[in-house]
Amino acid sequence: MKNSLWKVFSKGIIEENPILVLALSLCPALAVTSGVDTGLTMGLTVMFVITANNVVVSLIRHLVNPKVRVAVYVTSIATIVTLAELTLEAFAPMLYKALGIYLALVVVFAIILARAEVFASKNKLFPSFLDGLGMGVGFTLAMVAISVIREILGNGTILGFQIFGEGYNAPLIMILPAGAFVLIGYMVGAVNLHLQRKERKMKERDA
Amino acid sequence: MEAYLTLFVSAAIVNNFVLTRFLGLCIFFGVSKKLDASAGMGVAVTAVITLSSMLAWAVYNFILVPFELVFLKTIVFVILIASFVQLLEIVIKKMAPALYGMWGIYLLLIATNCVVLGVPLINAESEFTFMYSVVNALGSGTGFALALVIMASLREKLDYADVPKSLRGLGVAFILAGMLALSFLGFSGMISM
Repeated sequence: MKNSLWKVFSKGIIEENPILVLALSLCPALAVTSGVDTGLTMGLTVMFVITANNVVVSLIRHLVNPKVRVAVYVTSIATIVTLAELTLEAFAPMLYKALGIYLALVVVFAIILARAEVFASKNKLFPSFLDGLGMGVGFTLAMVAISVIREILGNGTILGFQIFGEGYNAPLIMILPAGAFVLIGYMVGAVNLHLQRKERKMKERDA
Repeated sequence: MEAYLTLFVSAAIVNNFVLTRFLGLCIFFGVSKKLDASAGMGVAVTAVITLSSMLAWAVYNFILVPFELVFLKTIVFVILIASFVQLLEIVIKKMAPALYGMWGIYLLLIATNCVVLGVPLINAESEFTFMYSVVNALGSGTGFALALVIMASLREKLDYADVPKSLRGLGVAFILAGMLALSFLGFSGMISM
């Protein structure tokens, strides 16, 4: 039992990573990852929203008429996102401004609705909480990885600190949209390579 | 008139939704495998964005602003668009079954999507007038359709290429989109809004 709960939590980190494997919620992965601060903030926000929403959906799963379930889930997500938006606006106005419209768009991130529909609406409270948390952690890790690479290469800094010294001639492309697309393409490829190797090993062991 | 044209070109090409603002990527990578499907999706998205922008503009300016409920705009817009798309689906199914057969399946995909929510939010934030909102929505939709169609025709060709196994599918699609974004970069600075 303990093992399966760990599985529920950990599958979101690599095997079903929301960005790099499931390819859901791609917009923020490209839009707010030009700096580590915005990438991390967005990751944590999504982690909060997805976990809270999974809990809410799991609690009300017996009360909702299946015909209107999507509308109910969307309302729940929108409420939680608005809470997060107002909190960020109050406590971190600079980050709120930097995230801009993408913060409000957390509402329509496919991963959140997908977890509610696929997992939380069918499972008890605690597994749903873990599922949301695991997916959130996977999302945040991917966001941080992308933004660290983009900020170091494209700006020569990390969280605003110079690491290559003054003379570093940063390739601007990493900050621009094109660089983000290409980088994520290769990261998807790397995760695929890892998963394919793992599968091959499993097969060899079975044989 | 000139201002509208500038806004249209800016929304469609210079600030292309997919390639410079990263909105609607789920549809962009999901539907762009086939050319005819992506053309249909492009038309459906443009129509839905335009109609829901009009609706959202009216609700925002006549209800949310007078009652000082602007902070609720995310919730209100999401529910408005989701229910409007559902309604549109029912109406089209009843009135034009042939049209529904062609584009019906796209409608549900559009219901909760970042482009469709993004345009009304941008309109509200930029405090656009009604006509500006409509032009912005039309331009954004056209730009989205354009990117989708270009991407789909490239991906159809890509089927014949020998791509490394781990990059097949999503990986190479991303890299391709990167090249496309690079070429759209040539338009930046053409119009400064």
